Amino acid sequence: MATYNLKVNGKSHQVDVDDDTPLLWVLRDHIGLVGTKFSCGIAQCGACTVHINGNATFSCMTPISSVGKSEIVTIEGLSQDGDHPVQKAWEEVDVAQCGYCQAGQIMQAAAFLKENPSPSMEEIDNAMNRNLCRCGTYHKIREAVALAAKNN
Amino acid sequence: MRSLTKPTRRDFLKIAGTSAGGLFIGFNMFSCDSPKVEVLSTEEVLAQAKNFNSYLSISPSGDVVIYSPNPELGQNIKTSFPMVVAEELDADWEKVRVLQANLDTEKYDRQLTGGSGAMPHSWERLRKAGATAKYVLVAAAAKTWNVPAEEITVDKGIISHKGSGKSGHFGEFVTEAASISAPEEVKLKDKKDFKIIGTAVKNVDAKEMYTGKPLFGLDFQREGMLHAMVQRAPFGMKIKSVDDGAARGVNGVKDVVTFGNSVAVVGDKTWPLLKAKKLLKINYEPDGKVESTSDHDEIFRDLIANGKAEERRKDGNVDQAFRTAAQVVTAEYQCPFLAHSPMEPENFFAHVKGDKCELIGPTQTPDRARQTAAGILGIPAENVSVEITRLGGGFGRRLRADFVEEAVHISKAVNAPVKVVWDREDELTGGAYRPAVRYRFEAALDESGTMIGYKLRGVGMNAGNSTREHNFPSGAVDNLLIESVNYESSITTNAWRAPITNFLAYAEQSFLDEVALAAGKDPVYFRLELLNRAKSNPVGELGYDVDRMIGVVKAAAEKSNWGKNSNVKQGFSVYYSHRSYVAQVADIEMEGGSPTLKKITAVTDCGMVINPTGANHQVRGGIVDGMGHAMFTNLTFDNGIPKQKNFDSYRLIRMKEVPEIETHFLDTGFDPTGLGEPALPPTGGAIANAIFAATGRRLRSQPFIEQSEFSDIKLDIRRA
Repeated sequence: MATYNLKVNGKSHQVDVDDDTPLLWVLRDHIGLVGTKFSCGIAQCGACTVHINGNATFSCMTPISSVGKSEIVTIEGLSQDGDHPVQKAWEEVDVAQCGYCQAGQIMQAAAFLKENPSPSMEEIDNAMNRNLCRCGTYHKIREAVALAAKNN
Repeated sequence: MRSLTKPTRRDFLKIAGTSAGGLFIGFNMFSCDSPKVEVLSTEEVLAQAKNFNSYLSISPSGDVVIYSPNPELGQNIKTSFPMVVAEELDADWEKVRVLQANLDTEKYDRQLTGGSGAMPHSWERLRKAGATAKYVLVAAAAKTWNVPAEEITVDKGIISHKGSGKSGHFGEFVTEAASISAPEEVKLKDKKDFKIIGTAVKNVDAKEMYTGKPLFGLDFQREGMLHAMVQRAPFGMKIKSVDDGAARGVNGVKDVVTFGNSVAVVGDKTWPLLKAKKLLKINYEPDGKVESTSDHDEIFRDLIANGKAEERRKDGNVDQAFRTAAQVVTAEYQCPFLAHSPMEPENFFAHVKGDKCELIGPTQTPDRARQTAAGILGIPAENVSVEITRLGGGFGRRLRADFVEEAVHISKAVNAPVKVVWDREDELTGGAYRPAVRYRFEAALDESGTMIGYKLRGVGMNAGNSTREHNFPSGAVDNLLIESVNYESSITTNAWRAPITNFLAYAEQSFLDEVALAAGKDPVYFRLELLNRAKSNPVGELGYDVDRMIGVVKAAAEKSNWGKNSNVKQGFSVYYSHRSYVAQVADIEMEGGSPTLKKITAVTDCGMVINPTGANHQVRGGIVDGMGHAMFTNLTFDNGIPKQKNFDSYRLIRMKEVPEIETHFLDTGFDPTGLGEPALPPTGGAIANAIFAATGRRLRSQPFIEQSEFSDIKLDIRRA
């Protein structure tokens, strides 16, 4: 057990956890931010995607000991009122079926569009291929990422 | 305003005793001798709403709260059900709020999600609920204004009387409406007057989902709640001994509980349990058949040839037809076990308190959860409450209550509120799979290429009846024999999205393609010829509507430009399941010498479409699901343990692997049927038939990528 000081969504948090505790479980179980989802636990599905210093990162395989003073942003902190261009595009396109993977999809898309504000459809496919959607909303995800790029 | 209490049963009945099977108008009458009307704010109505569990309530400010009884797992029922109520009510959708109802078997019937059955079951009930509410509101307005009710109109939550120039919103009449008794039968709207049904209403949980609000079972937290993770026995094995020393030594583990054939680690947080579970040393011993996939292959071969079959349907004289046939076509098809793999792993909260139990979580069958808990605890079912969270996918897995069972056992053992959480490995190894099935088809053709005989024998692993004996092509063939053989496996199986038909449709539609080829006929022409036969001179019972099936076949051929472009190699498939008809065409184009899957065109007849966005979602999602599992996914066993334990080896379809999907819906004037399942069954067949058209390779087993016939085919998948 060790004490870690984290910066999540602009706020400081102190947690006492084992060094190997993944950021995902610190967020969910210790800080109470459950928007970041658990699904595979081995960085294969992207449901746990958060931003660490702006980079889309799978939090399920990110030990807390590696986070340091990084800026962490979760779906809860992506925007003040759910009005990030990607969130708005997701609403406009009405992307979700079950919705479980969508927070991770949105975080992946938001980081991607910051890097590449005007992507081609192929670039969108490549970026979003990291995240699984078991309901098969891929067409809508693609459409929403393109719309967010267009609107921004 | 005074604080509110739960209404007594008697009072509730007074409110709810309408023909609609439940109507509550939210200025409630509470548990006092004479009904008492109380005016509440919208927030108060909302705060109390869960206790009422009826279809709708209306606050004095005119806000409408509609309860969605059935579990929402992505089929969009939480949006489409309220649309139907709001339509008949003529509510302003902008003022409608939707709440998930708790389990209440007295107020709702069939409060479950499965079989694509919710909409066809509830269509009339929901309409009546809305229409009954509108009736009493209009009657209240007529009484208040002293005008005839027939002269009153309602639009977007505003009640108006043209003659007197009077108008007001719903909320102004709720007090008066409470005294109006509703008729047994109310007049429903003409479908042509629908304003909400048929429009692309957005998902009612959108904002919460996209901002990370706690909606799902796994997100549920409560003060004092413990977490638990469970190690289950391999199939066919039982626990011999448990050494939990190392697991107990993990910082954060509070207890280790053995129950039945399972061992649970319990603690405050999840991560220590994930570690501790791996440290459990459990010795198992055989307790029945310990099976591997190689055993299954042998069992299938044996039972296809020699198994004792149950005759499901027999028409005409099959032996004679095959004896006199000019040509006989025979083929066998096989599919593997599959897990459901919803993105949200199984989980459930239970709090056993003496002779009561509180359950909260993602379930497709809340009543089954309740009955299961009551059975384990030996308490009356009414002592168990069930709150339904949003489900992060289901695909049939959450029809089961095994995770509820675990939560109840553990809560009882540790005497605390407990949430059981499965990880992905638990989900893939924890059983209740889509069963592996093998089919043998035989077709007899006469000189003219007419199918005069048809035989199907299915062998399934715990599949029950692995056929659908009254489905097409039954009714279109003079001599037909359909048989089913069941093998009792120690591996547990369960309904998986479009049970049985998720593979049977593929096998049958691929086989019919083989028969059409042998008959020298175009695959679409061949199917239409059979359907016309079933229409003009049906043989025996028909489980499907021939005209509706012909309708989707013709429309799919037309929309896909079937056979019009020699550059495009096409595969056709059509299937009827869960009351809906779906035909699909897969297009493969040769690009640089290699086949590229470009597009799937789907034509659906599900009767009236409630919400075009939701309908498109279900059809496209079903196609992606059907395609992914046909192409990539396999679950194999080694001595009772699945080999694929996570998404690194259990391959699911991804973004770059889906082609363009074009959807069409036929407006045939029928009442709406469900769409959670029917689009999945035809997909594998359409793709396999297109692959055959493009490469000459016939794929008779899934997943395609593991078949030797497919090994040298590099199939690109690309969207425009």
